[in-house]
Amino acid sequence: MSFPWAKQYQPTSAVGKWMDERLPLPRFIFGALGPGYPTPKNLNAFYNFGVLAGVALVIQIITGVVLAMHFAADTRVAFDSVEHIMRDVNGGWMIRYMHAVGASFFFGVVYIHIFRGLYYGSYKPPREMIWMLGLVIFLLMMATAFMGYVLVWGQMSFWGAQVITGLFSAFPVVGTHIQTLLLGGYSPDNATLNRFFSLHYLLPFVIFGVIVLHVWALHIPGSNNPTGLDVKTEADTVPFHPYYTAKDFVGLGIYLIVFSAFVFFMPNSLGEPDNYIPANPLSTPAHIVPEWYFWPFYAILRAFTTDFLGVPAKLWGVLAMFASILLLFLLPWLDQSPVRSNNYRPVSRILFWVFVAVGLLLGVCGGKPAEEPWVRLSQILTAYYFAHFLIILPIVSKLEKTKPLPGSISEAVLAKYGKGGAAPVAQPAE
Amino acid sequence: MIRLGALAVGLLFVINVLWGAIAPREDAAPDMAKQLHKHPKHVEWTHNGPGNLGIFGTFDRGQLQRGFQVYKEVCSACHSINRVAFRNLADLGFSEAQIKAIAAEYEVAAIDANGEPTTRKATPADKFPLVYANEAAARAAQNGANPPDLSLMTKARPDGTNYVYSLLTGYSDDVPKGWTKPDTSYYNPYFHSINIAMPPPLSADGQVTYSDGTPATVDQYAKDVAVFLTWTAEPKLENRKETGVAAILFLIIMTGLGYLSYRKVWADIKKPA
Repeated sequence: MSFPWAKQYQPTSAVGKWMDERLPLPRFIFGALGPGYPTPKNLNAFYNFGVLAGVALVIQIITGVVLAMHFAADTRVAFDSVEHIMRDVNGGWMIRYMHAVGASFFFGVVYIHIFRGLYYGSYKPPREMIWMLGLVIFLLMMATAFMGYVLVWGQMSFWGAQVITGLFSAFPVVGTHIQTLLLGGYSPDNATLNRFFSLHYLLPFVIFGVIVLHVWALHIPGSNNPTGLDVKTEADTVPFHPYYTAKDFVGLGIYLIVFSAFVFFMPNSLGEPDNYIPANPLSTPAHIVPEWYFWPFYAILRAFTTDFLGVPAKLWGVLAMFASILLLFLLPWLDQSPVRSNNYRPVSRILFWVFVAVGLLLGVCGGKPAEEPWVRLSQILTAYYFAHFLIILPIVSKLEKTKPLPGSISEAVLAKYGKGGAAPVAQPAE
Repeated sequence: MIRLGALAVGLLFVINVLWGAIAPREDAAPDMAKQLHKHPKHVEWTHNGPGNLGIFGTFDRGQLQRGFQVYKEVCSACHSINRVAFRNLADLGFSEAQIKAIAAEYEVAAIDANGEPTTRKATPADKFPLVYANEAAARAAQNGANPPDLSLMTKARPDGTNYVYSLLTGYSDDVPKGWTKPDTSYYNPYFHSINIAMPPPLSADGQVTYSDGTPATVDQYAKDVAVFLTWTAEPKLENRKETGVAAILFLIIMTGLGYLSYRKVWADIKKPA
């Protein structure tokens, strides 16, 4: 589906015409990413991050395929093979640092992409499927990143695998069986390393498949925009190409500059030094912490310290950690406001920034050892995390008095650039 | 329905976790090791370049060679650098003949013509051999301690280069009151558990004789060997930074051109009023 004014693909050459009648791939690209995709003309820089996430995945797949040519999935030599890549493979240090830093950047970009969706209400009708597919991608990314981290077979790899699979043992009856199944044994060993390598190679392609669905679903209603208004006329849009291809290219350039600064000048700053110690099942590291992008969830996991209603604290922590992500699937139904963008929702807008702060602070707590004041702080923050989505947002979104919306996207753009001086025409929320 | 269910689940989690927050808990016993523990001293290294930023800067070849000398004469009695090959010493500025001579000082395992295990002189293609055949042999010889391989040490500790320097110069006979130190250990606040099994390896100025006129002090030995171990952990450091400067210069030009074309493409939409 597209807007009626979307440009139609016209093959100009004989070859193009021949191809169009047999396999209309150029027509497909033209409509999906080319001049045939009308896009709201007021998208700001935060709308770059979807494309950047796609680029980050491609970087991970390309560098990962090359690394797999030299990596040996065997507990006796896995760590050595990584060092072999760093020292003896031509350019191997660069490929590996790009892959390791790239994982962090992929998460960073996706977090910004998610928060952009939260702020502008991109999860609201008719975009619920896009939002939920995005969450599926996020969950798959977490599984993939965790398993990739284990492959290095350093101290944090080994003990991370032990702790994370150990979470499942909190479930009654089936728990230990699930853990055994995940590990392929009773503790992380060769079977673990091999199945994680197999899945770590598989899942990125599954992610790729879900991204296709995510983008497909996006093309049904088209992109949301900072006003949250629906596109009404052709004046509200510009063709994706050349307008957003040009804009995304600038965003990509800036992204690659920051990415390169980390890869070439501080490649280990986002990782744990302990993972440069080969795995040793007989020596537990003082602080077992995951990579930074898991810290908020790790903090939630550790925030539950008391048995409650006859359920052990550990199980509460595991349930809360899974619930903290799964509840996001319900967000389109928890937020009842008819207005999408927080630009016009004064109370929700404050709550959004409070939530951002809570999320960041949870991240800080998750990276610290489990001691005071961090445990108590993460308990209060965890309470707010759940209260925000499950209690506050449903009520506030119902009661909140929203600001008047502009009549259309073009009107909002004109008002912003001061042309014509048109003040936003008051329009009651639908 | 969804919202009522969410409210119930939300209340359950919130009450539970807040109960945990207000529930009385015993104060954790103060951890004396944590109070005594010191962060590494801050040193300006040539390989970190101007401002210690890590953007420019190369290793000082003379310092790397001195560091290797300290490693060879002191550390290598107990610690291996098994991930480094003799051929890699070319990075330190050694010639092929010098590398061959250094390798020939070491014996590595081999199989003789009859298929019996034997040893032979190492060649540049070999890696620095292990000091002990296995962990049990190491512990038997070292009072129960296992001297780690040093190849990756500066990357396996936070702020690694400074850490190695600080540890080597951080020994003290001043054991604070209330701190228990077994007789087989030494007091070193830069070590994570304070008590370290390694005796002070660099004990006196003049312990290693430098031939290039550099002052033969413990402080200098520690700095030199810290830089040498930075190289063993990250032998491609110089290559990495050179590539990075070139890559970023290219990207800045590319992005600048991209920005100009973006301005041109959008000119008709973003016309000034």
